[in-house]
Order: sequence, then C-alpha cells, then structure tokens
Amino acid sequence: MATQSADFQTLSRRYTADKGFRAFIQKGLSGYYKKRDENKANFQDWQGARDLAAEIKYEAVNHLDKYLLEFEEKITARGAKVFWAPNAEAAREYILNVAKENGVRTIIKSKTMTSEEIHLNDALEKEGFGVFESDLGEYIVQLRHEAPFHLVFPAMHLTRGQISDLFQKELGSEPTDEPEKLTMIAREVMRRKYCEADMGISGTNFAVAETGMISITENEGNARLTTSLPKIHVALLGIEKVLPKLEDLSLFLPMLATAGAGQTMTCYNTMYSGPRQPGEPDGPEQMHVVLLDNRRTELLADAEQRDALGCIRCGACLNVCPIFKNVGGYSYGTTYGGPIGSVITPHLRGLKDWKHLSAASSLCGACTEACPVKIDLHHHLLQNRRNGAKDSPNPVEKIAFGGFSLMMGTPVLYRLATGIGRLLQPLQKLVNGTILDPLRAWTGSRQFPALAPKSFHEQWRKERTKGKPWKK
Amino acid sequence: MRISLFVPCFVDQLYPKVAWSVVSVLEELGHEVLFPESQSCCGQPPFNSGYWDEARSAARVTMKAFRDSEVVVGPSGSCVTMIKVFYPDLFKGEPDELEARELAAKTHEFSSFLVNVLGVTDVGAKFEGKVTFHDGCHSLRELGIKSEPRALLANVKGLELVEMCEAETCCGFGGTFAVKYAPISTAMDEVKCASILETGAGTVVSNDSSCLMQIRGMLEKEKSSIRSLHLAEILASR
Repeated sequence: MATQSADFQTLSRRYTADKGFRAFIQKGLSGYYKKRDENKANFQDWQGARDLAAEIKYEAVNHLDKYLLEFEEKITARGAKVFWAPNAEAAREYILNVAKENGVRTIIKSKTMTSEEIHLNDALEKEGFGVFESDLGEYIVQLRHEAPFHLVFPAMHLTRGQISDLFQKELGSEPTDEPEKLTMIAREVMRRKYCEADMGISGTNFAVAETGMISITENEGNARLTTSLPKIHVALLGIEKVLPKLEDLSLFLPMLATAGAGQTMTCYNTMYSGPRQPGEPDGPEQMHVVLLDNRRTELLADAEQRDALGCIRCGACLNVCPIFKNVGGYSYGTTYGGPIGSVITPHLRGLKDWKHLSAASSLCGACTEACPVKIDLHHHLLQNRRNGAKDSPNPVEKIAFGGFSLMMGTPVLYRLATGIGRLLQPLQKLVNGTILDPLRAWTGSRQFPALAPKSFHEQWRKERTKGKPWKK
Repeated sequence: MRISLFVPCFVDQLYPKVAWSVVSVLEELGHEVLFPESQSCCGQPPFNSGYWDEARSAARVTMKAFRDSEVVVGPSGSCVTMIKVFYPDLFKGEPDELEARELAAKTHEFSSFLVNVLGVTDVGAKFEGKVTFHDGCHSLRELGIKSEPRALLANVKGLELVEMCEAETCCGFGGTFAVKYAPISTAMDEVKCASILETGAGTVVSNDSSCLMQIRGMLEKEKSSIRSLHLAEILASR
C-alpha cells in the first residue's frame, strides 16, 4: 500500500475515534450553515445563479488561451510583470529571484492556498527570508508549524483556549478567551510586520481578463496592507482563476462570500491592476503576477473532469462533506482537502498515490449539491476510481469482482454461493465481532444482518410459480 | 399494469419481506406483478469500485432479465440509480448502449413509481406510531426523490412523521466504502443514529434497505429499541 494511502487510514482512524473533536468541528460549522442559508435566500434565484456561474466558468476554462493572454496584455500595459510558471519549482524560483534581486529581507503574506500548494514558505525561509502570514487563521497555524486545516478556515480545529495558550507561549501575551482580545494581540504583531516588510505576497480570488485586474476578497483588511505597503507585490494564482469580464465579479463575489463563509459580501473586496502609477502617492513600486500551471493543463485535457478547474476555492464542499466533518482536514495529507481535493489531487500529484481519496467516499453527493459552480464532484470520484482500477488494478479486488460478476451472471453459482453463506452463517455467529471474524470490518461496530432462511427467489418459486397466492 | 419487480441481490438474500411488501402493495392496487427470475445483481459493487468491465457483465444479466418488461420497479433508490443514472454512463459507446438507455427509462424507484407514475399517495395502510424518515443519498440526490415517500407516509393511518435534523446526511454505508473505511463509515453512522434518537421516534423508515442495514446494524449493536423498516413494509401494513 502506498504511504499516502496508509497515512490516510491511520489519520482518519485517529480523528474519527475522537468524538469530542468531531463534535467541535460540527458545532463550528453549524453557525456557517445558518448564515449560508440566509444568504442563499437573498439571491433572487440561487440555482439560477449556480447555472450562470457554471456557464461563465465553462466559457473561461474552455478558452483559457484567449483570456489569459488578454489578462496578461492588459495588466502588463499598466506595468505589472507576468510570469508563466509551468510548475511549482519555476514559481518558487521566480519569487526567490525577485526577492534576492531587490534585497528583500522580510516578507508578509496574505492568504494564498496556491502558495501552500507550491510550498513557498519553506523555500523562502530556507533562503533566510523572514516570512509572516497576516491572515489571523493562517498566522495561528504558522505559529504552530501546521498547514491550514481548511481552505477557508485555516484554524477552525483550534479552540480559543488553544489559541490563547499559543499566543502566551510564542508572543508572551496574557491569557484570554475573548476573540476580540486574541485578535488585538495578533494585530499588534502584524502592524509592525507590515511596516518592516519589503515584499508582500498575496493570492488571487479572480483575475479579470477584460480589464487586466486581480480581485482579492477578504475580511480582515490584511490583504490590502500586504499588497500596498511593501515596495513589491507578488500575486500568485492558478491559471484557472481567470474570468472573462469585470461584471462577472458581480455574481462571483457575493457567491463566494455566501458559499464560502455564509456572508452577503466579505468586508473588503479590492481590485489590483498594476504597481503604483505615475502621480499616485502610494502603492507598491513593483507588481509581479505569477500564473501557475502545475499540471492544471493536464486536468484541462481531461474533458470528463475539466469542470473541476471552475473551482473558486470556497470550501462549500468541505463544509457539507460527512467525510471531512468526521476525519478533519489533516487526514487528507493534501493542500486541498475535502471533496474538491479528492477530485483534483490525483490530477495534480498523480493518480497512483492519491486514488485512495476517491475511494474514501460514500458518494453521497452532498458536495455536488453544495458546489456554487456545479462541479460534478462525486461523479468525478467515481471516474477516478475507474481510472485507478484501469491504471493499477488491485489484484485481489480484480479477482474478487471478476468472481462476483461470474456468480451474479450464473444462477447455479449464485444459488450455490448463497447456500454456502447460509451454511457458514452459524459459524460466523460464534466469532461475531471478534478478531477471528472475517466480517470484522463490519461487525466491529455494527450488527451483521442474518441471511433470510430462504431467498426471495426461492420463496417466489415456491409460492408463485406454482400459482399459489402469497399470504403474509 | 404489468409490473416487473426488480429485487436487488441483498434484498433477495437478506430482506425478502421487503420485496413481498412491494408485491402486496402493487397487487392491492390491482396491478399484476411479474418477477423475472434470471435477475441477480445490478452490478453496483464492481461499478462503484472502479471495475467497469466486471460491472458491465453483471449489468448485462439484469438488462437481459428485463428486456421484455413494460415497466420495472425496485424498492431501492440506490440500485435503481445504478440502472437509471449509471447504466447510460457505463454503456456509453458500447454496442448495447441503447438497451441500457431503454431499461433506464422504464425503471422506477418504488415510492416514485407509486406517486409519479400511478398517481397514488394513499395505499390504505395503517401503522401506529411515531416514525422518522431517512433520505438515502442516491434516492435524494440522483433521483430527486424527497416529497414522494413523505406524501405516502402522510396518508398512513395512525402514523406520525417526525423529521430528524440530519435527514439528508449520509448514513455512511456507501457499499464497499463501509468496510474499506470502516472507522469513517461508523462515525457517519453514529451521527445518523444520534439524529434518529433525538426525534423520539420508535421507527426509522427509508426507501433503501442498504441504508437501513447500516443504520439497523448500529442500533442493534447499541441494543436500541428503535425499529427500522422499509417504506414498503409500512405501506403493506394493514
């Protein structure tokens, strides 16, 4: 078994065994559900909005060649530099070079999952740069040397008490469990860092081709400071983030806020279209835009699953996923957790090592129902399973399902096998639920149903084929 | 109407009473029920596990069994979904794609058939007690069945329906997932059972025996007094 798959088994076992933790995650999300539904109701027609969003994303993703070039042309005309990074290494190298060439020492970052994907912080710190996350949740997990737990809520797994303990230990602050006070502690540290930093790295929620702008949506104002105070702004984005028109934001901004955080709109929505222009009093001297492929074009080549590039990283699919709610974000071992991560990680990092995530689903479809851009998530999990079984079939499963199909297609075998099952059933009862039980994977936690004394087939033959009416 | 009964393999082996209940309800309404005996399994287990060649050979047996049927009705949202939603995908580009599509079109889940095809919501059933209804995911999200079982339950004399807050949350069965990832499946089952318990209902009802196997498995293990019954069993109660 691949390590990644074994790690998932181990971690998911550990997290699901912790009922307190599961209840904590569930409770954290219950407030989100309420707010999300209130805000969905504010849309004239939420389902219609989803259809429209899916159409716009379909247009954008199927014409990336056109829209990315248009975006590049427009933003370059206002003085930004655009770098096309084929992979994570190229993106890291470019950003490192910009930092080195400009004598950068301290870097401030606003929230960007794409930088997690390319492991940017590690690369920068290894070269001696001081890197500080400015999003509160991201800052908390950075202090704990952890990855974000969730795409949108990076520190949702931590209690106020744990955060207070962390701040006491790392920042020497006084203990408190008031969210406002905790925020003020982080804010004091951050304000100093903004002034010290000579480079700000941000993510990007949307890139607008028509106007050559990037759009960042946030609640803390930290992205605005990150992108405007330091003399260099680097914006990192996957190539799928482009939208054709500026007016598309009028749909996508409230939709992202609603699906992602249960908000009408996030507090700060800003568009950036280049570095400081002549005559402007502030803003960065340089703006670099890093367009990351990192195997997204391979997903683009897969017509069946291409719609997964429409993802706006709202995290709505994680929030409704019963797997995510029970195993948490760290079990996945991926940058992008939850259903969308299970779908795209095999494409971004290899099917063989990551196909287990597609198997670890009951295929309930809650994700697909929640997705604002209508990605066919749970059916893509099925397709990943099919592709995985084709590429590297599990020999035991292959034989088992071959036998299964043969049995189901041969009435004599079907009767024989189920007859043997009835004979063996009393023996299984002797070891029910114990280590000797071959059905232990089921019976360890659930009672296994008894086979009926006679199958419906047999009963029907006896009762009906002879023409007798059935009596209860 | 001449109705061909589709009995999923595990209902055949574990819960024949569910299939008889369907027979009883349909006959009570004056229809003729046929049971094509060469049927076995719809092929969902290999399909869900990614083994589509093996799934096709099982599916072909089902397709052959119902070739001459006018209309096919099954008491399982999940197995009907396999035929209705996934056969067209599974046979895409295969020589028997058309046959798969024809079977998909004439196959119906039991509650949806009663309400949407026969236009019946009152089958004259009686059942004393408070029940809660679990929406199977395939039934709910693949077939869009939500109001149909509730409309039928609303007309059962003596029955009081109480909705659980997690009615639409997966019970954690998911076929082979239930044993491949038993701890996750069990955790999901715990959430579901806690939600059932909260309603104070004496019986949990669903239109899918596979979900009920998962739910019942935990309720029995916990020695709960809550019963679990298939919708057809309630509708066949007099």
